[in-house]
Amino acid sequence: MKKISLSSILSQLLLLFFVIIWIIPTFGLFISSLRDKDLLAISGWWTALTTTEINEIYRMSGMESQIEEDGYFKIKGKLFEDNSGKKIESFGINSKKINEFKIGDIAIFKDESEVILDENGNYEWRSKSEFQKKKGKRLFTTSLSPPSFTFENYREVLLKEGIGRAFVNTMAVALPSTLIPLIICSFFAYSLTWMRFYGRDTLLAIIIASLVVPLQMSLIPILTIYNDFGALFGVAAKSYPGVWMAHTGFGLASTTFLLRNFLKSLPNEMMEAAKVDGASHYDIFLRIIIPLSIPAFASIFILQFLWCWNDLLVGLVFLDQVPSEIILTAKLKELLGSRGENWEILTTGAFVSMTVPLFIFFALQRYFIRGLVAGSVKG
Amino acid sequence: MTILNLLFIVFLGILFFITYFHISNYLLDSYGGRSVKRYNFENSIRVIVFIAPAFIVLFVFILYPVFETIRLSFYDKFGREFVGLYNYKWAVNDPEFRRSILNNLVWLLVVPTLSTFFGLVIANLADRIWWGSIAKSIIFMPMAISFVGAGVIWKFIYEYRGPDNTQIGLLNAIIVSLGYEPQAWLTIPIWNNFFLMAIMIWIQTGLALVIFSAALRSIPKEMLEAARIDGASELKIFFSIIIPYLEQTILVIWTLITIIVLRIFDIIFAMTNGEWQTGVLANLMYDWMFRGGGDSGRGSVLAIVIMIGVIPILAWNLYKHRQEQKI
Repeated sequence: MKKISLSSILSQLLLLFFVIIWIIPTFGLFISSLRDKDLLAISGWWTALTTTEINEIYRMSGMESQIEEDGYFKIKGKLFEDNSGKKIESFGINSKKINEFKIGDIAIFKDESEVILDENGNYEWRSKSEFQKKKGKRLFTTSLSPPSFTFENYREVLLKEGIGRAFVNTMAVALPSTLIPLIICSFFAYSLTWMRFYGRDTLLAIIIASLVVPLQMSLIPILTIYNDFGALFGVAAKSYPGVWMAHTGFGLASTTFLLRNFLKSLPNEMMEAAKVDGASHYDIFLRIIIPLSIPAFASIFILQFLWCWNDLLVGLVFLDQVPSEIILTAKLKELLGSRGENWEILTTGAFVSMTVPLFIFFALQRYFIRGLVAGSVKG
Repeated sequence: MTILNLLFIVFLGILFFITYFHISNYLLDSYGGRSVKRYNFENSIRVIVFIAPAFIVLFVFILYPVFETIRLSFYDKFGREFVGLYNYKWAVNDPEFRRSILNNLVWLLVVPTLSTFFGLVIANLADRIWWGSIAKSIIFMPMAISFVGAGVIWKFIYEYRGPDNTQIGLLNAIIVSLGYEPQAWLTIPIWNNFFLMAIMIWIQTGLALVIFSAALRSIPKEMLEAARIDGASELKIFFSIIIPYLEQTILVIWTLITIIVLRIFDIIFAMTNGEWQTGVLANLMYDWMFRGGGDSGRGSVLAIVIMIGVIPILAWNLYKHRQEQKI
């Protein structure tokens, strides 16, 4: 008995190890998207729950803001806004000794002016003689920042960085690109399964061959067609309807194949009985096939929708990269290039792009898995 | 285009197809059925009505392009003049092409193998543990997100800061805490390919996992029980019963991931854009579609090379389909 429990513990540990490795990357992204952007830039996300030490340089105000008081010329001011929750620990007046003074100490510059600083960043800089310089002197501060989480990144990304619009665009690409193939392929799969006509077997063989044909084989000719179409009719084919049809084309084989596999499993007697009763193929399709196929439709819908939502290449080639057409993945790629150092924008943008897939994943996992398994068993 | 306009054309686009099927079938229903001749005519028209949209799309987006791409590969960059094997000769001698095909081969060797292996091991572990289904969910989750999203996630892990700064990338933070120098992982040739492959393995293991989980359930419980009663260790059961039993499934998953890896584009495009010797065929092809105004001849050759990779799988699928039709 002891041996069995040991192996059970070992397998639990091994599985736990895999789970941790697999969850950490996404978890890190999520935590980072909620962190204050200044903290994010200087500390790892795994320190999000600890206090972070920040070193900063500020410049005090210049001669314009000086006042005369108690026989001193004084400049009073604030280094940073109150709301950040930062508390200054120590400061310095020389870049080589940035921790020279504690809060409450009086720091004396070479020109004999003195400065005192409180932990919230309020300073008082005074001198016996009048201040002559337009620019104030620099202060080097070391402050502690408590853990802080914010939705500020989300607001910025959605409204200012164009991710919000890209989200809408992606929806406008993905939804028709899923529904159109579902509509036309269900009729196609029906006729491949239940109608007799010349060339049916050849057509089926073509579908099976098309399943594995890489997208790349179609890109250049279709792009040419689209460009010619635009030149001929004066309307840009590189637009939403163009992308829908491209996605429909690339998803057609797998959608038809999955639907046909499902329809084949329905009992033949039911169709025959309906036909004897005088139902046309369209009646059978509407009244019998569609209600029975709802679970299959759900699986295929999810697969195709996720494929379109997550696609980059089709959206890149068949849409113009302008704000009213750019999709999320293309936008993210663009941000990776232009805002590569702004991790608050990248992590938040990536997480926004993942919300819909993750929602589908958690809410409809059963259908998702069923579709994948059905597609793989034969494909 | 405003969002309202967008909503309108989305609605219109979907409505168009529903209307097509409804009206054409309504007309047929009201016409046919009154005599045998009419009935037969109605049926043959109905076949056309049912098939036409899908067939036209299939023809325009798959069938015609396949032949057109083959034709273009023998033509110049504008697709106007016949140049024979010129583009193919260019490809064979192009160092970028050689690098890409080598990288593609390594991807094909590493990613399907490791994904399948991890998927099988995890499916097997999770099957016997009470919290296994939660574990499976977590490991399966990357399947739902985009390659670009995954790219951002991992780029953050590989993030590099100079040795004097605090590392915010997890990998470098670990390396530094162990006392080594931080590295700009994605810029180290040869090795960077493996850092990119890790992302793909992270994603595709979930696919292998769910399919294996479904397949594991088909193994007769009695057989496993019998083996356990005879004192076989779990390791022995794994290698002597489970792996032989799942041979077909392993093959299916392996080919499935191979097809996905063969056309891998997004991850590399987002992470390195093929720099530091990480390019693969699909990236080079995309590049040549636009480089110097676009070269349809070279682009087509690259597409065909990718296509050649799937031909054995295509032939095998057709063969299996034939066998099934005979039964």
